[in-house]
Amino acid sequence: MKYVDEFRAPDLARALAAQIAAEAQPDREFRLMEFCGGHTHAIFRYGVKDLLPANVRMIHGPGCPVCVLPITRLDMAIALARRPGVILCSYGDMLRVPGSRRQSLLKARAEGADIRMVGSTMDAIRLAEENPEREVVFFAIGFETTTPPTAVAVKAAEAKGLTNFSVFCNHVLTPAAITNILEAPEIRQMEAVEIDGFLGPAHVSVVIGSQPYDYFAEEFAKPVVIAGFEPIDVMQSILMLVRQINEGRAEVENQYTRAVTHTGNAAAKALVAEVFELRRSFEWRGLGRVPYSALRLRDRFAAFDAERRFEMAPGRAVENKACDCPKILRGAAVPTDCKLFGKQCTPQTPLGSCMVSDEGACAAYYKYGRRRAAPNRMEAAE
Amino acid sequence: MKHATFEKGVVEMGHGAGGRDMADLIRHLFVTAFDNPDLTGEEDQAILSFPAGRMAISTDAFVVSPMFFPGGDIGALAVNGTVNDVAMGGADPVALSASFILEEGLPLADLARVVGSMAQAARTAGVHIVTGDTKVVERGKGDGIFITTTGFGQVREGVSLSARNGRPGDVVLVSGTLGDHGVAVMGRREGFDFDTNIVSDCAALNGLAGALLDAVPQTRLMRDPTRGGLAAVLNEIAEASRVGIAIREDALPIRPGVAGACEILGLDPLYVANEGKLVAVVPPEQAEIALAALRAHPLGREAAIIGELRADPDHFVEMETAFGGRRMVDWIAGEQLPRIC
Repeated sequence: MKYVDEFRAPDLARALAAQIAAEAQPDREFRLMEFCGGHTHAIFRYGVKDLLPANVRMIHGPGCPVCVLPITRLDMAIALARRPGVILCSYGDMLRVPGSRRQSLLKARAEGADIRMVGSTMDAIRLAEENPEREVVFFAIGFETTTPPTAVAVKAAEAKGLTNFSVFCNHVLTPAAITNILEAPEIRQMEAVEIDGFLGPAHVSVVIGSQPYDYFAEEFAKPVVIAGFEPIDVMQSILMLVRQINEGRAEVENQYTRAVTHTGNAAAKALVAEVFELRRSFEWRGLGRVPYSALRLRDRFAAFDAERRFEMAPGRAVENKACDCPKILRGAAVPTDCKLFGKQCTPQTPLGSCMVSDEGACAAYYKYGRRRAAPNRMEAAE
Repeated sequence: MKHATFEKGVVEMGHGAGGRDMADLIRHLFVTAFDNPDLTGEEDQAILSFPAGRMAISTDAFVVSPMFFPGGDIGALAVNGTVNDVAMGGADPVALSASFILEEGLPLADLARVVGSMAQAARTAGVHIVTGDTKVVERGKGDGIFITTTGFGQVREGVSLSARNGRPGDVVLVSGTLGDHGVAVMGRREGFDFDTNIVSDCAALNGLAGALLDAVPQTRLMRDPTRGGLAAVLNEIAEASRVGIAIREDALPIRPGVAGACEILGLDPLYVANEGKLVAVVPPEQAEIALAALRAHPLGREAAIIGELRADPDHFVEMETAFGGRRMVDWIAGEQLPRIC
């Protein structure tokens, strides 16, 4: 694949690995958090960890949209889908995430709810046009990357005069979550889990630009390198972080210059600002309530807001107490520290947020890295 | 109605009711298309003379949606899928049965097209469709057409293939490019407006499997990596043979178009279905002979050696990534669904 293979080239990877090994001072640790699930996925899928020295440690952050959606919100979506006359549309990997009482959208569909997988918000608009007698609800989740398409759909529904289309909005904001992690008591007080630097989001930054990260670099004195999702991007960004840490710098650097600018996509940002406003507070699975970390539809678009249209009531869901996801998401524990990992909690039966999607830290450990997680019995056998 | 035509009209409940409509459909569509001496349409069973030896039997239901996709349709798939399951046992397929569940309202022209491609696929594979059944369900209770086929084949003498046969050191081969079928079908599914020039690899593998067994009778096992893709087959082999498997990503044959589509849809070609590929495990000293035999066949031109079996108490499947790292290739959990971002 042209323009992709270049970013997965093994010889470049080896050269970068050698440079990281040469520059990462052996007498200290480099604890780097990749915020995005896309980075977590790339690190495991391409085996990036094998190319890093032991003292460069990746901490897998909460940037997986499916993982951080609280069960209560998923329960609300499932309940909505079960209402007669409703067609609930969702992106694919939301479908099998388990809610309360072992429910999921896939199970609800098997039991008769009309739930459609869509690849684009405009598919949901088309469904609304084709089914004027039904209520079509788009189950909107994701970070700044998926928010503009939802805004486009709302504007399109308004322009087309659709009265049977609405959005169940769960869009969340990256900078608020990073602030929350850095301000968490675990991070501030416990020396042991300090994060030395951040691999900044790729696609999210295409929209919001590199500017919003200036705050962390300044306020928390942490270097941030915005990184592309290809493995060479990740390696190069790690090298850039190692250099900043060595030199005592805490700046925002942009490795992903082929897509990210300082100010981002002005048109997308304007559209989002026109359609959405900040929520005072929103619950993140694994992080708890985070102030000003999510969006809702503005009053002008209230007619398209499923929460107002259907008087949806949040349920009460309880997380498994033994689940270590809150610590794992902050880098205070690794998946194998959790008593549930690989036993009660697997990709087939996920109990915590980090196991529900390939982009979650626990699922990635389970799927790609169990050999490393378990004692390496292979060599012993050979 | 002397010559029923199937260019217009739709399937009606009467087509499955046992009366004249059903008899016409059977005689003028199925029997005419499948044309062979064992299928008369007059008996409740086919009676075949079967040579002595071991028989392989396999049955499979086909529900693919959409029923027509680039490179094939549900009919070709129903024949080839079962032929392949029989062939993977080291057997030469001889006969097939076919059972149809039709949804009321299915255009007869569509049914005729599906039946026509079944007939064509059977001819290409060299098997006869010798008996069958047709039922019609009310509109809304089916998805156009479901087909179940059962295949019978004669197992080659001296050949004993089993997923349990693999031993450390054995070599794993794949007969061609991975993921073509899954991407071709996915591209046509509702919800994805996705145009590719990828066509399904849907094909009967009995000829290719026979060529491999002719060259390497010591072949340990063969599997066709359909649902769950290469990853599922390798994990099945690892578990059944109680070994680990190590594969090399840069050895995997994957078309650029399939790799690109998977990239966009967030899929992993290792988990995407194939309908015309086989995975073979052979003793290490036979690997090059096996590779040459596969490549000499039109369906195996892009065959490759992709890895080997090794001692591993955990029975893990691992891949050396083209990037230079290592990763596990685990079973898929649930259905592979496109990622969000």
